[in-house]
Amino acid sequence: MARAWKLFRLSSLLLLVSACTDQVLNNPYTEGDSGKKTIYSSFSERPKHLDPAKAYSSNEYAIIAQIYEPLFQYHYLKKPYQLEPLLASDMPSLQYFDENGMALADTAAEGDIAFTEYTLSIKQGVKFQPHPCFNPQLRKALPASWNAESLYDLPVKTRLLSSSDFIYQIKRLADPSTQSPVAGLMANYIVGFGEFAKQQASIKKLNPALAKQQRLRDADMLGLKKINPQQFSIRIKGKYPQFINWLAMPFFAPMPWEADAFYAKPFLVKKNISLDWFPVGTGPYLLEENDPNRRMVLRKNPNFHLEYYPNEADEEAMEKGLLADAGKQLPLSDKVVFSLEKETIPYWNKFLQGYYDVSGISSDSFDQAVSFSSIGDVGLTEDMLQRGIGLQTAVTTSSYYLGFNMLDKVVGGYSERAKKLRHAISIAVDYEEYISIFQNGRGVPAQGIIPPGIFGHLSAEAGMNSAAYHWDSAPVRRPIAEAKRLLSEAGFPNGIDKSTAKPLVLYFDSMDSGPDSKARLNWLRKQFSKLNIQLVIRGTDYNRFQEKMRNGNAQMFMWGWNADYPDPENFLFLLYGKNAKALHGGENAANYQNAKFDALFEQMSSMENTAQRQAIINQMVDIARADAPWLWGFHPKAFSLYHAWYKNAYPNLMANNKTKYIRVDAALREQYQQQWNKPVYWPLVVSFIVLIIMLIPAYIIYRRVERAKAL
Amino acid sequence: MINYIIRRLLYVLPVLVGVNILTFVLFFVVNSPDDMARMQLGDKHVSQAAVDNWKQQRGYDLPLLWNEQQQGLQRLEKTIFFEKSVGLFVFDFGVSDNGRDIMADISQRMWPSLAIAIPSLIFGVLANITFALLLIFYRGSYLESSGLFLCIALMSISGLFYIIAGQYFVGKLLALTPISGYVPGLDAFRFIVLPVFIGVVSGLGSGARWYRTLFLEEAAKDYVRTAKAKGLSELEVLFRHVLNNAMIPILTGIVVILPSLFMGSLIIESFFGIPGLGSYTIDAISSQDFAIVRAMVFLGSFLYIIGLLLTDISYTFVDPRVRLD
Repeated sequence: MARAWKLFRLSSLLLLVSACTDQVLNNPYTEGDSGKKTIYSSFSERPKHLDPAKAYSSNEYAIIAQIYEPLFQYHYLKKPYQLEPLLASDMPSLQYFDENGMALADTAAEGDIAFTEYTLSIKQGVKFQPHPCFNPQLRKALPASWNAESLYDLPVKTRLLSSSDFIYQIKRLADPSTQSPVAGLMANYIVGFGEFAKQQASIKKLNPALAKQQRLRDADMLGLKKINPQQFSIRIKGKYPQFINWLAMPFFAPMPWEADAFYAKPFLVKKNISLDWFPVGTGPYLLEENDPNRRMVLRKNPNFHLEYYPNEADEEAMEKGLLADAGKQLPLSDKVVFSLEKETIPYWNKFLQGYYDVSGISSDSFDQAVSFSSIGDVGLTEDMLQRGIGLQTAVTTSSYYLGFNMLDKVVGGYSERAKKLRHAISIAVDYEEYISIFQNGRGVPAQGIIPPGIFGHLSAEAGMNSAAYHWDSAPVRRPIAEAKRLLSEAGFPNGIDKSTAKPLVLYFDSMDSGPDSKARLNWLRKQFSKLNIQLVIRGTDYNRFQEKMRNGNAQMFMWGWNADYPDPENFLFLLYGKNAKALHGGENAANYQNAKFDALFEQMSSMENTAQRQAIINQMVDIARADAPWLWGFHPKAFSLYHAWYKNAYPNLMANNKTKYIRVDAALREQYQQQWNKPVYWPLVVSFIVLIIMLIPAYIIYRRVERAKAL
Repeated sequence: MINYIIRRLLYVLPVLVGVNILTFVLFFVVNSPDDMARMQLGDKHVSQAAVDNWKQQRGYDLPLLWNEQQQGLQRLEKTIFFEKSVGLFVFDFGVSDNGRDIMADISQRMWPSLAIAIPSLIFGVLANITFALLLIFYRGSYLESSGLFLCIALMSISGLFYIIAGQYFVGKLLALTPISGYVPGLDAFRFIVLPVFIGVVSGLGSGARWYRTLFLEEAAKDYVRTAKAKGLSELEVLFRHVLNNAMIPILTGIVVILPSLFMGSLIIESFFGIPGLGSYTIDAISSQDFAIVRAMVFLGSFLYIIGLLLTDISYTFVDPRVRLD
């Protein structure tokens, strides 16, 4: 017994000593990636699609833009945003044609241009990532021994990129079975796109067993022409200079037909191994592991073509020393690990522990991370600075606005009365306060529809919305007395409808629910009450809200728009009459229609960024401000934090393929992780001792109970 | 007993049909196929043609319950309800509305859920029963009142608080376990120890009080007095006799949840980054994925019924007087 007790004491001591080391215990990564060039990032929602023909949201682009490459990309270090060739060998050559197919000069009048043909040349020697789909035997059948663990356990092959792969992808966009979100839009532009879609639908109906890749490859689309393996052309209707921006999106990344053939096997479909989840691209990374419920791992593509870190940068990037890696071969990191982190608290804590390289700032942790100086400058708190954390801010190319339904009898319409009512509300709703309360100061009040950073946006006094602001070395919101005067002139003195002698009641349709939105809606009510207008909130679910918007039954609503591409057309089209949601099913949710605005839009949309275009945009913005179909709302400001070891971070909001430029100093990261995550054992020992002490009275009572008489 | 089991299994069929009809009606009262399509296709550039195409590709272009354009039985068969329901009864759940095989998703995600749920259940039940029996043992003493106070305190604290506090103290301040994350295999231990511990502690208050109520009732019975009179120690009486005789209500609570353990826990899994099934149904409801909703409701009902049947069967093991005829 004594020997056993001695042995127990010895082993306990050994266990305690071995446990009490400085070795980090809370590292969530187990691969032994220590010292390796790995980027650790996260995602909060599993992506719906990784097929470039279907993916259209930022969380999907965060993954696929590192794997698939379109023809063009945005220069990483230059603003205003500038397109440059990616898989294309140079910028496209354009040729205009008239209705009869006759070539026109470059200077042809827009009215004469019926078609534009883009001739695109692709880089030589680009290869797809290694993938089993390029192995002809595996396209026929999979080895019986393969247990569907990883596609890369199979014998992989590759092949050279060809212009046919771009053509195949555009056909995939059109194919109804793909269900691409831009199929409808592209049918308006690419010649033969809509007809091709109809043809494919009927072929599929007649012969459902016909393989997709065969069906698509056998048929031609009128607007697509393969010139040679390195060149092809796309013919679009009319003149649409923004089309090149679409060519910089993953929708137009090349897709090998072999991928569709490989993934069509019922065994793979049953295992959820599909092109929608396991991409095949030419980009700097390949998706090595895909468990969208846990993590997604990108590994450096061994076949990635030669691409180098930019040698040129704008002033801001130069000041930040972002040319230190100029000329180095990309990608600068070997691996990227995206972990699913649904909740903000663990995400933030893991960032502080050094297990995520970058982080956004949720409202919970905002005060912990960010401080404002006495003059309102944004900075980091002392704690963040001591940790070597950096802050990056950028006004996003987005607009969040409060829209009036212009079809509504009270707030809508184009009469002076209606305009004055809307102007009065524009003054009363204080978006500066909204940004301060609900956005933690992360936003800039919008003066018009075009956000900063997009051509057409004017800053300072020239860009001020004089309907709601006046200039006093900065835009200052007009006094509420002025709003009251406008309201009175609109026929609602002190918020009373003169015609009925009843208070003015307006309706705000919202799909917000929950405690956060309650505060927001109460704030909005308060803004309207400044004018004695009663605001009734009509809460509804997502479906009914969308339905109201489609039918034009909402009176006022909040809505937002993120730029597809950095061109003013992508914002001004939100007010184009032919895009009115209730009338034409477009994106003009306010159903705004102004013939002059529409005419200017048609003129502006096909222009290059010139002074003349700027002048037209100014006119359009002024018209819209005068009509006030929106309260222009605000442009959110993105704040992100990054650790000292995370290099080359630059707030380029249009480039989705930023990961290849990022370099991590793994040694520094490891050093910080060790420093920040030393295990603390003494509370365990204290708890153990407290437990023992607590057992003493329990033992005393136990003895008493056991010795007591039973009955 | 075999007859009883067969009879009970046959009862399952009408119950599942009823549940399926109810799910279908409730879902489509709130969401139309057009809404589902728009949700899947996103907010930007969605045309009616794209919506119609989505419905046609997914089989949502049919009438909901009755197809006037067909003849005979096809009026019933060529409907969304029939086409989406019939596979369920052979456990063919089909594909979700975003194109993933539901059965493959379930079989992949159930393991991490089980990795949390099984130890949480075992340690939770053991801790609750032990704590409850100790409360009985120390009844009348200040240890019992302290224990009951602790139970009330544990019950009064929100489950979310345990998670956040646990992550903060154990994962962040003490740096002893990862704050969140998961890896398959043996290394999963590092990741599940904290959520399991939190699961056990957060359930201790209500669990121990529930078991205490059961044991108090048993402890007042004659056989307990007899056992004590025979000279058995208090602990022997409690752990051998009282515990045995309180098994029926204990099993009622435990066995019924056994088959559905793999369905996971929404909050624990969400906060600890466990890739389980906890949020599968909720995510499907918010993304209006009817295919997943109907499959999970169907599976949940089926497993609950099986759980009830297993509970009945388990009674025969712990109480020889119970006969299933």
